[in-house]
Amino acid sequence: MMHVGLFLSFLIFGSTGGEIAITRGMKATGEPERLRPKELLRFLGKALSNGWFWAGVPLMALSFYALLVLLSWEPISFVIPASALSYVVGTIGAKYVLGEEVSAARWVGVVLVCAGVALVALG
Amino acid sequence: MANEGRLRLKTLVMVCAMVVCANAGDLMLKRAMLQIGAVELSAAGLEHAFRMTVTSGTLWVGIFFLCGFMLSYMTVLSWADYSYVMPAGAFGYALLTFFAVVFLHESVSPRRWVGVVLICVGVLLVGQTKPRTTPVAREALA
Repeated sequence: MMHVGLFLSFLIFGSTGGEIAITRGMKATGEPERLRPKELLRFLGKALSNGWFWAGVPLMALSFYALLVLLSWEPISFVIPASALSYVVGTIGAKYVLGEEVSAARWVGVVLVCAGVALVALG
Repeated sequence: MANEGRLRLKTLVMVCAMVVCANAGDLMLKRAMLQIGAVELSAAGLEHAFRMTVTSGTLWVGIFFLCGFMLSYMTVLSWADYSYVMPAGAFGYALLTFFAVVFLHESVSPRRWVGVVLICVGVLLVGQTKPRTTPVAREALA
Protein backbone atom coordinates (compact mmCIF):
# COMPACT_ATOMS: atom_id res chain seq x y z
CA MET A 1 0.00 0.00 0.00
CA MET A 2 2.96 2.31 0.73
CA HIS A 3 4.25 1.61 -2.78
CA VAL A 4 0.91 2.71 -4.23
CA GLY A 5 0.99 5.96 -2.22
CA LEU A 6 4.57 6.66 -3.31
CA PHE A 7 3.83 6.08 -7.00
CA LEU A 8 0.62 8.09 -6.72
CA SER A 9 2.64 11.05 -5.40
CA PHE A 10 5.12 10.58 -8.30
CA LEU A 11 2.11 10.63 -10.65
CA ILE A 12 0.47 13.75 -9.16
CA PHE A 13 3.55 15.89 -8.41
CA GLY A 14 5.43 14.68 -11.49
CA SER A 15 2.58 15.58 -13.85
CA THR A 16 1.70 18.94 -12.27
CA GLY A 17 5.38 19.94 -11.81
CA GLY A 18 6.14 18.94 -15.41
CA GLU A 19 3.09 20.71 -16.82
CA ILE A 20 3.87 23.89 -14.89
CA ALA A 21 7.47 23.88 -16.19
CA ILE A 22 6.22 23.25 -19.75
CA THR A 23 3.61 26.02 -19.43
CA ARG A 24 6.37 28.44 -18.39
CA GLY A 25 8.40 27.33 -21.41
CA MET A 26 5.44 27.73 -23.77
CA LYS A 27 4.65 31.21 -22.45
CA ALA A 28 8.30 32.19 -23.08
CA THR A 29 8.13 30.64 -26.57
CA GLY A 30 5.06 32.69 -27.48
CA GLU A 31 1.99 31.66 -29.42
CA PRO A 32 2.25 30.76 -33.13
CA GLU A 33 0.83 33.38 -35.52
CA ARG A 34 -1.23 30.76 -37.38
CA LEU A 35 -2.08 27.10 -36.78
CA ARG A 36 -0.50 25.88 -40.03
CA PRO A 37 1.90 22.90 -40.25
CA LYS A 38 4.94 25.01 -41.23
CA GLU A 39 4.40 27.50 -38.43
CA LEU A 40 3.59 24.75 -35.93
CA LEU A 41 6.90 23.04 -36.81
CA ARG A 42 8.79 26.32 -36.32
CA PHE A 43 6.93 26.82 -33.04
CA LEU A 44 7.81 23.28 -31.95
CA GLY A 45 11.49 23.85 -32.80
CA LYS A 46 11.53 27.03 -30.73
CA ALA A 47 9.75 25.33 -27.83
CA LEU A 48 12.25 22.45 -27.89
CA SER A 49 15.13 24.89 -27.43
CA ASN A 50 13.60 26.27 -24.22
CA GLY A 51 15.17 25.13 -20.93
CA TRP A 52 11.85 25.10 -19.05
CA PHE A 53 10.49 22.60 -21.55
CA TRP A 54 13.39 20.24 -20.84
CA ALA A 55 12.94 20.72 -17.09
CA GLY A 56 9.36 19.53 -17.49
CA VAL A 57 10.09 16.46 -19.65
CA PRO A 58 11.79 14.27 -16.97
CA LEU A 59 8.99 15.10 -14.51
CA MET A 60 6.37 14.14 -17.11
CA ALA A 61 8.33 10.95 -17.88
CA LEU A 62 8.41 10.09 -14.16
CA SER A 63 4.66 10.66 -13.96
CA PHE A 64 4.06 8.57 -17.12
CA TYR A 65 6.06 5.65 -15.76
CA ALA A 66 4.28 5.93 -12.39
CA LEU A 67 0.95 5.78 -14.28
CA LEU A 68 2.01 2.62 -16.16
CA VAL A 69 3.14 0.93 -12.93
CA LEU A 70 -0.06 1.94 -11.08
CA LEU A 71 -2.22 0.68 -13.96
CA SER A 72 -0.45 -2.66 -13.77
CA TRP A 73 -1.15 -2.93 -10.00
CA GLU A 74 -4.52 -1.30 -9.51
CA PRO A 75 -7.80 -1.03 -11.45
CA ILE A 76 -8.22 2.10 -13.58
CA SER A 77 -11.27 2.88 -11.39
CA PHE A 78 -8.84 3.53 -8.52
CA VAL A 79 -5.94 5.14 -10.42
CA ILE A 80 -7.90 7.84 -12.27
CA PRO A 81 -10.04 9.09 -9.32
CA ALA A 82 -6.94 9.24 -7.11
CA SER A 83 -4.98 11.13 -9.77
CA ALA A 84 -7.84 13.66 -10.07
CA LEU A 85 -6.22 15.41 -7.10
CA SER A 86 -3.75 16.79 -9.65
CA TYR A 87 -6.46 19.29 -10.75
CA VAL A 88 -6.32 20.92 -7.33
CA VAL A 89 -2.51 20.65 -6.98
CA GLY A 90 -2.10 22.04 -10.52
CA THR A 91 -4.38 25.02 -9.84
CA ILE A 92 -2.43 25.87 -6.67
CA GLY A 93 0.77 25.69 -8.76
CA ALA A 94 -0.76 27.86 -11.51
CA LYS A 95 -1.64 30.54 -8.96
CA TYR A 96 1.57 30.58 -6.92
CA VAL A 97 4.21 29.51 -9.45
CA LEU A 98 2.83 30.85 -12.75
CA GLY A 99 1.08 33.88 -11.26
CA GLU A 100 -2.26 33.16 -12.95
CA GLU A 101 -5.40 34.85 -11.63
CA VAL A 102 -7.58 32.05 -10.29
CA SER A 103 -11.02 33.56 -9.74
CA ALA A 104 -13.61 32.07 -7.37
CA ALA A 105 -15.55 30.72 -10.38
CA ARG A 106 -12.45 28.96 -11.67
CA TRP A 107 -11.75 27.45 -8.23
CA VAL A 108 -15.33 26.15 -7.92
CA GLY A 109 -15.06 24.75 -11.47
CA VAL A 110 -11.79 22.96 -10.68
CA VAL A 111 -13.17 21.40 -7.49
CA LEU A 112 -16.34 20.24 -9.33
CA VAL A 113 -14.21 18.75 -12.13
CA CYS A 114 -11.99 16.99 -9.56
CA ALA A 115 -15.01 15.49 -7.76
CA GLY A 116 -16.68 14.65 -11.10
CA VAL A 117 -13.63 12.82 -12.45
CA ALA A 118 -13.39 10.81 -9.22
CA LEU A 119 -17.11 9.82 -9.41
CA VAL A 120 -16.96 8.92 -13.12
CA ALA A 121 -13.91 6.73 -12.61
CA LEU A 122 -15.46 5.01 -9.57
CA GLY A 123 -18.31 3.99 -11.91
CA MET B 1 -14.12 41.76 -28.28
CA ALA B 2 -13.38 40.05 -31.63
CA ASN B 3 -9.95 39.08 -30.27
CA GLU B 4 -11.56 37.60 -27.14
CA GLY B 5 -13.93 35.54 -29.33
CA ARG B 6 -11.06 34.36 -31.54
CA LEU B 7 -9.04 33.43 -28.45
CA ARG B 8 -11.95 31.39 -27.04
CA LEU B 9 -12.57 29.66 -30.39
CA LYS B 10 -8.98 28.59 -31.00
CA THR B 11 -8.67 27.48 -27.36
CA LEU B 12 -11.82 25.35 -27.79
CA VAL B 13 -10.46 23.76 -31.00
CA MET B 14 -7.15 22.85 -29.35
CA VAL B 15 -8.85 21.53 -26.19
CA CYS B 16 -11.04 19.27 -28.40
CA ALA B 17 -7.89 17.95 -30.16
CA MET B 18 -6.33 17.35 -26.72
CA VAL B 19 -9.39 15.46 -25.45
CA VAL B 20 -9.63 13.13 -28.48
CA CYS B 21 -5.90 12.31 -28.51
CA ALA B 22 -5.63 11.88 -24.72
CA ASN B 23 -8.60 9.50 -24.51
CA ALA B 24 -7.45 7.39 -27.46
CA GLY B 25 -3.92 7.28 -26.00
CA ASP B 26 -5.05 6.29 -22.49
CA LEU B 27 -7.25 3.48 -23.82
CA MET B 28 -4.34 2.11 -25.85
CA LEU B 29 -2.00 2.28 -22.83
CA LYS B 30 -4.46 0.39 -20.61
CA ARG B 31 -4.87 -2.24 -23.34
CA ALA B 32 -1.08 -2.61 -23.69
CA MET B 33 -0.53 -2.92 -19.92
CA LEU B 34 -3.26 -5.59 -19.71
CA GLN B 35 -1.38 -7.54 -22.39
CA ILE B 36 1.96 -7.09 -20.56
CA GLY B 37 0.69 -7.94 -17.07
CA ALA B 38 1.60 -6.68 -13.59
CA VAL B 39 5.03 -5.04 -13.25
CA GLU B 40 7.29 -6.56 -10.57
CA LEU B 41 9.27 -4.07 -8.47
CA SER B 42 12.69 -5.69 -8.84
CA ALA B 43 15.62 -5.02 -11.18
CA ALA B 44 14.74 -8.05 -13.30
CA GLY B 45 11.01 -7.23 -13.21
CA LEU B 46 11.55 -3.61 -14.28
CA GLU B 47 13.94 -4.68 -17.03
CA HIS B 48 11.40 -7.22 -18.28
CA ALA B 49 8.61 -4.60 -18.16
CA PHE B 50 10.80 -2.12 -20.05
CA ARG B 51 11.55 -4.67 -22.81
CA MET B 52 7.87 -5.62 -23.07
CA THR B 53 6.68 -2.00 -23.22
CA VAL B 54 9.15 -0.85 -25.92
CA THR B 55 8.22 -3.82 -28.14
CA SER B 56 4.45 -3.49 -27.69
CA GLY B 57 2.74 -2.22 -30.86
CA THR B 58 -0.39 -1.22 -28.92
CA LEU B 59 1.71 0.89 -26.58
CA TRP B 60 3.32 2.69 -29.55
CA VAL B 61 -0.12 3.47 -31.00
CA GLY B 62 -1.00 4.91 -27.59
CA ILE B 63 2.23 6.93 -27.58
CA PHE B 64 1.41 8.26 -31.09
CA PHE B 65 -1.92 9.61 -29.81
CA LEU B 66 -0.24 10.98 -26.69
CA CYS B 67 2.27 12.84 -28.94
CA GLY B 68 -0.74 14.42 -30.70
CA PHE B 69 -2.09 15.33 -27.27
CA MET B 70 1.27 16.81 -26.25
CA LEU B 71 1.53 18.97 -29.40
CA SER B 72 -1.99 20.37 -29.00
CA TYR B 73 -1.40 20.84 -25.25
CA MET B 74 1.89 22.72 -25.80
CA THR B 75 0.27 24.89 -28.46
CA VAL B 76 -2.73 25.88 -26.35
CA LEU B 77 -0.52 26.56 -23.31
CA SER B 78 1.45 29.10 -25.37
CA TRP B 79 -1.54 31.46 -25.15
CA ALA B 80 -3.99 30.15 -22.52
CA ASP B 81 -3.74 29.73 -18.72
CA TYR B 82 -2.72 26.32 -17.36
CA SER B 83 -5.50 26.60 -14.76
CA TYR B 84 -7.99 27.10 -17.64
CA VAL B 85 -6.78 24.36 -20.01
CA MET B 86 -6.24 21.63 -17.40
CA PRO B 87 -9.84 21.39 -16.07
CA ALA B 88 -11.31 22.01 -19.54
CA GLY B 89 -9.46 18.90 -20.74
CA ALA B 90 -11.42 16.82 -18.20
CA PHE B 91 -14.44 17.16 -20.49
CA GLY B 92 -13.05 13.99 -22.12
CA TYR B 93 -14.28 11.89 -19.18
CA ALA B 94 -17.82 13.13 -19.75
CA LEU B 95 -17.52 12.60 -23.51
CA LEU B 96 -16.29 9.01 -23.04
CA THR B 97 -19.36 8.24 -20.89
CA PHE B 98 -21.70 9.62 -23.58
CA PHE B 99 -19.90 7.55 -26.25
CA ALA B 100 -20.11 4.42 -24.05
CA VAL B 101 -23.89 4.84 -23.79
CA VAL B 102 -24.60 5.88 -27.39
CA PHE B 103 -22.19 3.62 -29.33
CA LEU B 104 -21.44 0.72 -26.98
CA HIS B 105 -24.92 0.66 -25.31
CA GLU B 106 -23.24 0.35 -21.91
CA SER B 107 -25.33 0.94 -18.81
CA VAL B 108 -24.06 3.82 -16.70
CA SER B 109 -24.59 4.00 -12.95
CA PRO B 110 -26.30 7.03 -11.34
CA ARG B 111 -23.00 7.80 -9.56
CA ARG B 112 -21.20 8.08 -12.91
CA TRP B 113 -23.97 10.35 -14.28
CA VAL B 114 -23.56 12.60 -11.23
CA GLY B 115 -19.83 12.72 -12.02
CA VAL B 116 -20.54 13.63 -15.66
CA VAL B 117 -22.87 16.45 -14.55
CA LEU B 118 -20.26 17.76 -12.07
CA ILE B 119 -17.57 17.73 -14.80
CA CYS B 120 -19.84 19.53 -17.29
CA VAL B 121 -20.83 22.20 -14.74
CA GLY B 122 -17.17 22.56 -13.66
CA VAL B 123 -15.95 22.91 -17.25
CA LEU B 124 -18.74 25.43 -18.00
CA LEU B 125 -17.74 27.47 -14.93
CA VAL B 126 -14.05 27.44 -15.91
CA GLY B 127 -15.06 28.22 -19.51
CA GLN B 128 -16.78 31.43 -18.34
CA THR B 129 -13.49 32.79 -16.98
CA LYS B 130 -10.86 34.56 -19.09
CA PRO B 131 -8.71 32.00 -20.96
CA ARG B 132 -5.64 34.19 -20.46
CA THR B 133 -4.72 36.19 -17.34
CA THR B 134 -0.94 36.44 -17.84
CA PRO B 135 1.06 38.25 -20.56
CA VAL B 136 2.19 36.16 -23.53
CA ALA B 137 4.97 36.70 -26.09
CA ARG B 138 4.08 36.79 -29.80
CA GLU B 139 6.13 34.16 -31.59
CA ALA B 140 6.42 36.17 -34.79
CA LEU B 141 7.95 39.11 -32.92
CA ALA B 142 10.19 37.07 -30.62
